[in-house]
Amino acid sequence: MSDSPLVAEHAEHQARPELRHHFADEEQQRNAASLGMWWFLGTEIMFFGGMFCAYLIYRIKYFPEFAAASRSLNLQIGALNTAVLICSSLTVAQAVRAAQMGKRMLQVKLLLATLFFGLVFLGVKAFEWHDKYTEHHIPTFDFNAKNLMRENQKLFGLDKLQNDLSKALELQRREADIQQRSQIFFSLYFALTGMHAIHMIVGVGIFSVITWMAWKGRFTPEYHTPLEIAGLYWHFVDIVWIYLFPLLYLIDRRPGA
Amino acid sequence: MSEHSGHIVPSKLNWLIWAILMVATYLTYRVAQIDLGLFNTIVALVIATTKATLVVLIFMQVKYTSEKMTKAVLIFAVCWLILLLFLSLTDYSSRYAG
Repeated sequence: MSDSPLVAEHAEHQARPELRHHFADEEQQRNAASLGMWWFLGTEIMFFGGMFCAYLIYRIKYFPEFAAASRSLNLQIGALNTAVLICSSLTVAQAVRAAQMGKRMLQVKLLLATLFFGLVFLGVKAFEWHDKYTEHHIPTFDFNAKNLMRENQKLFGLDKLQNDLSKALELQRREADIQQRSQIFFSLYFALTGMHAIHMIVGVGIFSVITWMAWKGRFTPEYHTPLEIAGLYWHFVDIVWIYLFPLLYLIDRRPGA
Repeated sequence: MSEHSGHIVPSKLNWLIWAILMVATYLTYRVAQIDLGLFNTIVALVIATTKATLVVLIFMQVKYTSEKMTKAVLIFAVCWLILLLFLSLTDYSSRYAG
């Protein structure tokens, strides 16, 4: 009995408690978990892709309105938030490394730093959204594009219409268009940054659990798959922002244009 | 058996990638304020794609994984995205105005 394959397998399983029966070895098990996450991220690319597609079509169709609305976003704050997310990606990458080397406290510190950066990002985002509220730039909720028109007269061609009394009707139509079309930019702005922020909130939730697991010493050099695949998710959300920053904030920032 | 913990990325490389990403962000920020005409958008997207590629290859360890399917999933996902954007644009750009 003692040399039956089942007993041998059982003995081996006890020696390698993290290895599930249906995997040949740890590497296969880890690759399967990470591949599952990549499939999920593939669906996430398509999920955000739909919104990016709507953005692309309307950006081409209503370029002056998109450029003007983009200019009204806070460029410095947007760049700062990009930097904050890049820092959080570094701390995640370093936390995975700390787990691979079996350094528990370093993992916990790096994960806490990640949570800190994530929360800073969300805080800054809330501050930005509040600005949109005070500027009346939230679509349908008392939305007003008057300040966009005032600051971008040349871009919209309003200066020429205003100086010509015979074009009063045309001016009125143009202003109504700007009022409508700039709302499309802000709808997409809130949809994209909002979905991104929801992903960040989910990420902060996941990393709270991961930090707790790291604190409990659950990750070893042999097994730290939860940390690794949570890291993949976090980096993905960072990449979405890497594209959102130029696409939303930098449509047209040329001076005097 | 216990050394199956995947590739350990050197700390220095992680920091180097971080530094490149930070410099690239600053570069995007500055270049956007110089008038390059159409190239403003192109430069911004090239920088963003370079940053995304570095994150995928090093931070997400696609460069080191022994799982070949990871690269396949990634490449197919990006191809589907390009297909979505490209076909939608050919549709919308060839419609009558109004």
